[in-house]
Amino acid sequence: MNGALLGVCGVLLLAVGVLVGRWSARPRRTAGAGAGALTEASTLAALHAASLAAPPLRAGLNESTAGKSARRIRDLLGTRAVCLTDRASVLTWDGIGGDHHRAEALAQAASMLQERRAAAVPTGCHKPGCPLGWAFVAPLTVEDEVLGTLIAYGPAESAGLVRAAEEVARWISVQLELAELDRSRTRLIEAEIRALRAQISPHFIYNSLAAIASFVRTDPDRARELLLEFADFTRYSFRRHGDFTTLAEELHSIEQYLTLAGARFGDRLEVTLQVAPEVLPVTLPFLCLQPLVENAVKHGLEDSAGTSHITITAQDAGVDAIVAIEDDGAGMDPRHLGRILDGEGGPSTGIGLRNVDQRLRQVYGDGYGLVAETGVEAGMKVTVRIPKYHKGVLPSPGPAR
Amino acid sequence: MNAAYTVPAIVLVILATVLIGALGLRISRTTSDFYVASRSVNPGLNAAAISGEYLSAASFLGIAGLILVYGPNMLWYPFGFTAGYLVLLLLVAAPLRRSGAYTLPDFAEARLESRYVHRVASVFVVGVGWLYLVPQLQGAGLTMTVITGAPRWAGGLLVAAVVTVVVAAGGMRSITFVQAFQYWLKLTALLVPAAFLLVAWQTHDGHRLAYGKQLTFRERTHVTLSSPLDLSVTRPVRVTVTGDVDGRGYAGTTLDLGPGRHHVEQGARLDFAAGTPVPDTVVMSGGRADQSVDSGPQPHSLYTTYSLIIATLLGTMGLPHVVVRYYTSPTGAAARRTTVVVLVLLGAFYLLSPVYGMLARLHAPDLILTGDSDAAVLVLPARLIRGVTGELLGSLLSAGAFAAFLATTSGLTIAVTGVLTKHVLPSRGRTSWGVRRFRWVTLLATGVPAVAQVLLGDLPVADSVGMAFALSAAAFCPLLTLGIWWRRLTPQGAAAGLVVGGGSALAAVVATIVGGMDGGWWASLLGSPALWSVPLSFLVTVIVSLATQGGVPGGTEAMMRRLHTPEDPGGRPDPAAVRGAGG
Repeated sequence: MNGALLGVCGVLLLAVGVLVGRWSARPRRTAGAGAGALTEASTLAALHAASLAAPPLRAGLNESTAGKSARRIRDLLGTRAVCLTDRASVLTWDGIGGDHHRAEALAQAASMLQERRAAAVPTGCHKPGCPLGWAFVAPLTVEDEVLGTLIAYGPAESAGLVRAAEEVARWISVQLELAELDRSRTRLIEAEIRALRAQISPHFIYNSLAAIASFVRTDPDRARELLLEFADFTRYSFRRHGDFTTLAEELHSIEQYLTLAGARFGDRLEVTLQVAPEVLPVTLPFLCLQPLVENAVKHGLEDSAGTSHITITAQDAGVDAIVAIEDDGAGMDPRHLGRILDGEGGPSTGIGLRNVDQRLRQVYGDGYGLVAETGVEAGMKVTVRIPKYHKGVLPSPGPAR
Repeated sequence: MNAAYTVPAIVLVILATVLIGALGLRISRTTSDFYVASRSVNPGLNAAAISGEYLSAASFLGIAGLILVYGPNMLWYPFGFTAGYLVLLLLVAAPLRRSGAYTLPDFAEARLESRYVHRVASVFVVGVGWLYLVPQLQGAGLTMTVITGAPRWAGGLLVAAVVTVVVAAGGMRSITFVQAFQYWLKLTALLVPAAFLLVAWQTHDGHRLAYGKQLTFRERTHVTLSSPLDLSVTRPVRVTVTGDVDGRGYAGTTLDLGPGRHHVEQGARLDFAAGTPVPDTVVMSGGRADQSVDSGPQPHSLYTTYSLIIATLLGTMGLPHVVVRYYTSPTGAAARRTTVVVLVLLGAFYLLSPVYGMLARLHAPDLILTGDSDAAVLVLPARLIRGVTGELLGSLLSAGAFAAFLATTSGLTIAVTGVLTKHVLPSRGRTSWGVRRFRWVTLLATGVPAVAQVLLGDLPVADSVGMAFALSAAAFCPLLTLGIWWRRLTPQGAAAGLVVGGGSALAAVVATIVGGMDGGWWASLLGSPALWSVPLSFLVTVIVSLATQGGVPGGTEAMMRRLHTPEDPGGRPDPAAVRGAGG
C-alpha cells in the first residue's frame, strides 16, 4: 500500500517538476543595478512583450486573438487598463475597471473612427478611487481603412501616453497588415492550385467522339459502351469539388481513358498493369496520373505507326507509394525534357508533365517532384512518389450520385 | 532436437517468405485488366495479414511456456491478446481508417494539427516498436539454442541480420500476401503437431491433467543447470546430485532435500527418480522473482492480472505494425469487417497454445528447472512421439516459430523504420527518400533491439511483450480513444498525456529491465505498469485539455465529421447494371 502511495506521489512530483521546469525556463525581466542597465532592461522588456503579443495578432483581429495579446499590449503601454475594439464592438478588456468602463469604450472610440488620429478623451468617471480618468484612443488601420481602435486608460491627461498609444497602435496595424498579407498569400496558393488542376484536353474529346461515331453504325453496342465510358470519364474529370482523390479512383479514370484511346488506336495499344493492392487507398492530387498516361500514349502512338506498350506500376514503399508509368515510344532528349519541366519548352509541349510536377511540389514539397528517365528512341519512364499520409491531404468524400 | 530435419525446415520457411515477397506481386498482379488491378485487399486477406504479423514469438512459444510454469492463471494472456481487437473494433478501427492516417503520429497530426504532438507520438511509436522487437529476437535466440545448441544471443542476431538485409534491400515491403501466408503457416505448424500430440497423450496413458496439484516427474529425469538456481522445497525431495548444492560439492550422491530453500550452482546435474515432486523454483527474472509454481496465489497476482488485462485490451490499438495495416482497408466499414475476421483467426490460433502448455506440464516439467520453459512447444513432440514422426513434427513447430519471428520482426522493422525516416530523424530536402539513408535507418531500427536482447539475457518472452503492450496502452490509448470520441481534446492535453502517462510507463519498464527489482509491491507496480499508468494518462490528458480549451484545434468539427461519417454511403453505381438497364 505504501508503495502504491509512493508511486502516485512520485508521478505527481514528476508532473509538478515538468510544469515548474517549463515555467521557470521562460525568460523573465531582470532588475538591473544601474541606470544603463535599467534602460536596457526596460527596452528588453518592451521588446519581449511585443514579441509575445505579435503571434496571435498575425491571425487577424478578432475576440480570441485580441484577448490573447491584450495582456502583452498592456505590459507594453504600462497602463492599468487596455481595451481593443473593432468598428462595431468591444473585443477585449484587459486590466481593472472593466465593469463600468467597458460599456462606454465604444462611444470613446466612435469619434476616432472618423478622425483617424490618436487623441485623449476624459472618461468622466465619477466612481471614487477609479484611476481611469482619461482614455487615450488610437486607430488601427490596414490599407487606409480603420479596422478598430486601441484604447489605453490613465489617471490624468498625458501627451506621453497619447504618443505611446499611437505608436503601439501603429505597431499592431503592421501586424494586422502582415496577417492580411498571409491571408492573401494563402488565397493565391489556392487559386494557383485551382488553375493548375489538369484540364481535359479538347483534342481528346474530339478524337474520342470521332472514334465513337465510327462505331455507331458498325457496332452500336460498342458505341454505347464507349459513350457511357466517355460520360463517366468526363464526370470525373470535370468535377469541381475536392482537390484530392484515391489511387483506386484515379486508376478507374485511367482505365476509361485507355478504353477510349483503345477505340481509336485498336490493337496498337498494349497496357500492362502491376498494382500492389496495399497502395490503392493512397490519396493523391486529383488527375495527377492521367496526364502522364496521356503523355505516354501520345509518345508511343501518335508519332509512329507501330504498336506501343505502356506499363503502369504502383508499389508499396513503406511510408510512400511509388507509381511509375513507362512507354516504349519515341522518348526525348533529356535536356529538352528538363527545359519542359522548367517551363521553357514553348506553349504546346508537355503541359501535362510540367503541370503534374508543379502540383506535386505544391502539395508535398520539393522532394516529391516527378522523376523522368528518358532518351531519344529509348521510351520514357516517369516515376511519382506519393506519401501515404500528408498533412491536409484527405480524399474528398464521394460525390452524391 | 534433430538439426538435420529442423534446419532445412527453417531455411524453407525463409525462402518461401522471401520468394512470395519478391514474386507474389508479379504473379498475382501483372495484368492488363483494370478491374483485377484495382480490386483492393479484401477484409479476409487483410485480416490474415494482420494476424500473421501480430502472432509473435510471445504467442507461439511464450504462452505455452507461461502455462507450463504458472498454470491456467496465465490464460489471461491469450484472452487479452485477442480481446484487444474487440476494443479496437468497437472504438477505433473505422474512424482510424477514415482519418487517412498511415501511422499513429499521422493520426495525432491530422486530428490535433500539431507538429509537437506528432513528434512526441513518433518517439513513443519507436519506443513501443523496439520494446516489442526485443522479445521476438529473444525467442529466435531460444529456438536456435534448442535446435543447434548455439548461444542464446546468436539466434536473435541472426534473425535481426536477415530481416535488416531483406528490408533494407527493399524486399518484403509489408506485402499483404506474405503476412497472410505466415498466418496460415503458423496455424498449420501449431495445429498438426497438436493433433498428433493429443492422440499420443490419449493412447499412451490417458493421464488426467493435474492442474493445481503438485507436479511430479513422470519418469526418471536429468536436469543440467545452465545458470544458478534457488529451489524451494515443501515436501522432501530425493535427488542424485553431481555438482554444488548449498555450497557443498557432490559427485553422484543421493540427497534428501528437506523443506526450505536450496541453492544449486551452475553446471550441477540433478537426477530425479520417477514420481518425484517437481521442486518450486525461484526464477531470477524481472518482476516475477517471488512467484513459483505451486505456492498458491502469487503475491499481488490480482494486481498483475488486472494490469495485464488492461495492457493487452488497450495496448493492441497502439502497436505500430497493426495500425499500419489498417491503411490497406479501402473504407472504414472494411476496416471493421477486417477486425471481425481477425478476432476469428486469432481465436482459432489461441485455442492451441494452452494445449501445449498443459501437455508440457505433464511431460516436460524439467524445463521449469532449467529456465527453458519458453521452449516447451518445441520439445514436446520429441518427448511424446518417438522416432522420425516426433522429429518431423518438432521441425514443423520450429519452422512455425521462425515464421512468427520473421513476420513480426519484419513488420515491426518496417513500421519503426518508416516512423524513424519520416518523423524522428531530421531530413534535408530530397535526402528524405535517399536509398542509402533508408538502409542506415533500417540498421538502426533492428540494431538497437538486437543489442538490447544480447544485454538483457533471458527476460521471459511473454513478460517483455506485456511491457510493450503496457507502454502502448499508456501512451496511445488516450490519444486514440479521446481523439476519436472527445471534441474537447487539445494538443496540450494529448502531449501531456503522452509525456506523463507514456513517460511514466516507459520509466517503469526501463527500471524493471535495468534495475532487476526483486519482489515486493515496487516490482509489481513497475513490472506491470498498465493498471496505474493508463488511468494516469487519461486523467492528465483530460485535465490538461479542460484547462487549455483555448487550444482546441480549429478543424475539430470537420475532422470529427470525417471520422464518424461512413464514406460514400450510396456506393458507386454498378456500370454493368446501368448498361443492362438500357440494353
